[in-house]
Amino acid sequence: MEKFNQHTGVGVPLRRSNVDTDQIIPAVYLKRVTRTGFEDALFAAWRGDPAFILNQAAYSSGSVLVAGPDFGTGSSREHAVWALKDYGFKVVISNRFADIFRGNSGKQGLLAAQASQEDIELIWKILETRPGTEITVDLESKTITCDDVVVPFHVDDYTRWRLLEGLDDIGLTLEHADEISAFEARREAWRPATLPAKHLPPVEIVAARPAGVPVEIGRGPR
Amino acid sequence: MAGTLAEKVWDAHVVRRGTDGAPDLLYIDLHLVHEVTSPQAFEGLRLAGRPVRRPDLTLATEDHNTPTLDIDRPIADETSRTQIQTLRNNAAEFGVRIHSLGDADQGIVHQVGPQLGLTQPGLTVVCGDSHTSTHGAFGALAFGIGTSEVEHVLATQTLPLAPFKTMAITVDGELPVGATSKDIILAIIAKIGTGGGQGYVLEYRGEAIRALSMEARMTVCNMSIEAGARAGMIAPDQTTFDYLQGRPHAPEGADWDAAVAYWSTLRTDEDAEFDVEVVLKAEDLEPFVTWGTNPGQGLPLSGSVPVPEEIADADERGAAERAIEYMGLTPGQPLREIKVDTVFIGSCTNGRIEDLRSVAKVVRGKHKADDVRVLVVPASARVRLQAEAEGLDKIFLDFGAEWRNAGCSMCLGMNPDQLAPGERSASTSNRNFEGRQGKGGRTHLVSPLVAAATAIRGTLSSFADLDAGVPAPDGSPLTDLQTV
Repeated sequence: MEKFNQHTGVGVPLRRSNVDTDQIIPAVYLKRVTRTGFEDALFAAWRGDPAFILNQAAYSSGSVLVAGPDFGTGSSREHAVWALKDYGFKVVISNRFADIFRGNSGKQGLLAAQASQEDIELIWKILETRPGTEITVDLESKTITCDDVVVPFHVDDYTRWRLLEGLDDIGLTLEHADEISAFEARREAWRPATLPAKHLPPVEIVAARPAGVPVEIGRGPR
Repeated sequence: MAGTLAEKVWDAHVVRRGTDGAPDLLYIDLHLVHEVTSPQAFEGLRLAGRPVRRPDLTLATEDHNTPTLDIDRPIADETSRTQIQTLRNNAAEFGVRIHSLGDADQGIVHQVGPQLGLTQPGLTVVCGDSHTSTHGAFGALAFGIGTSEVEHVLATQTLPLAPFKTMAITVDGELPVGATSKDIILAIIAKIGTGGGQGYVLEYRGEAIRALSMEARMTVCNMSIEAGARAGMIAPDQTTFDYLQGRPHAPEGADWDAAVAYWSTLRTDEDAEFDVEVVLKAEDLEPFVTWGTNPGQGLPLSGSVPVPEEIADADERGAAERAIEYMGLTPGQPLREIKVDTVFIGSCTNGRIEDLRSVAKVVRGKHKADDVRVLVVPASARVRLQAEAEGLDKIFLDFGAEWRNAGCSMCLGMNPDQLAPGERSASTSNRNFEGRQGKGGRTHLVSPLVAAATAIRGTLSSFADLDAGVPAPDGSPLTDLQTV
């Protein structure tokens, strides 16, 4: 993972709460088996709207997303983080993050910076008054600078350390492989194992077929 | 020291205590894998030259992309087919057990673990899927993880985790007829909000929870994530043990006795303290439906679409305005007047045999509303077989419903089972996010009983809206429905 120290980039005000991961990246884009190339999928449903913030020239090259509370709720898909990163975002600022999203961000070097809602309102006003304004996020001092406004943000110490050092979690854990082995030696023998596989007798599964009458879908609202 | 259920399970899995703010390293007993969140994790292992540390604690199934029709033919969508083939290749290469489409043990990962008896009390269970919280119904500490964490568990069978806070959610009393476990959890989410559980492990307690069947408990724990919680748990009891005994991977003989003795210790101590406590009265609950675009935007079915001007909080008001517009509703409109196009019965929330039985009980001998399509998708192939053995498939087909093969299906529409733009569903699934069931689709989350009544009437309905005196057609008392 790349080290993260400080980042400066155009701020994008996203005045929405509960931006769930289905909005960040709809499920149809999750079928890929690669880890990159998700930039086109970011906010796919909203990007069809010309008024959407990322479709406005001043914000389209943004790299610091400033969102409403409860960002990243819903599914565990790490694709949400990949899509934000692939688009070019380095930092997401929100008052509250969903736990899994926050965890995924930390693994991928995307900084999930938690700021107070009042401070976010302040930053939103600056970004909306002067589109294209740059924000500097400093991980060492845990501060966000936007024009003449400097506000603190929160990130847990462990994630901060890992981001600053650019450390890979698996490598860190494997330094303790002997402790993992010792734990395994202590586990009760009756705890379940998937192998050797046990199951009920195999039975043939009959394929369901489309209903005889064609189904009319897409009748639209009523 | 006195501890909560969650703390006890946590403490029993600490490989290494974190110091100086570092997280604890926790051992993972069971790692469930599916095709969507695993390909990049296996790729990571391959690039680093790492093996899967414990294939014998890992199980893969195909569920998100799998079609529910013509499953004996090649999957039409090329990207879906590739993703499933990638999982098969990875399972073969790394020695992981897999239940593929067409196998009797295939199904939604959160049904397959429990039905095989692999999900047991006191375990740590993870999966690259947020609805892993389902397994907490057994008193396991079970939570969803991202793909980097999937790779981490595959490589090390552990995860570094910062401690959770604990929240007790007590549901006292007895559920009224027609109200179900789905209504309990929808009411909880509406009460504490979609962010209310952030950072917490929820423990569901109280008389109404104890009275629930194992499957109904799974429904409650399943949607813990919709309240933002990492996990939800219910202390194991006789109901849990009865469900497990005799399942393929349940302990046997002396092992069973040792396991039950240990499982019986897995309860929150009398004097343990939770960080937060929430209390609900089951008597106050009635069938719940969502009107908006997050699972916290729900109301009793007797209510009306909110009027944004009456919402004091500006943020909530804005969210309600957007949701009402997206959903194509009118402020103040009675929820019971909302017409639906599709009824979806299935998912890891409500696609189990008891759910299908309760729907069958309501729809038997009836025909669906003419302009509604009804999809019944069992959570697993075994659930489908069981339903067919009980003749439920005939009831659904006579009703005019489609009886499909198992999978996640229209819950998230990664396979062809999707809503068209503007199409409206009553769905027994777990998320009503914009576009979740198909681009532009509109979702109302409901219980299986509400789904069944809605399929009959064509508008959001509860059991009570059906013709007066509708007894269960098989003559069994209505109160049976409560256990659903």
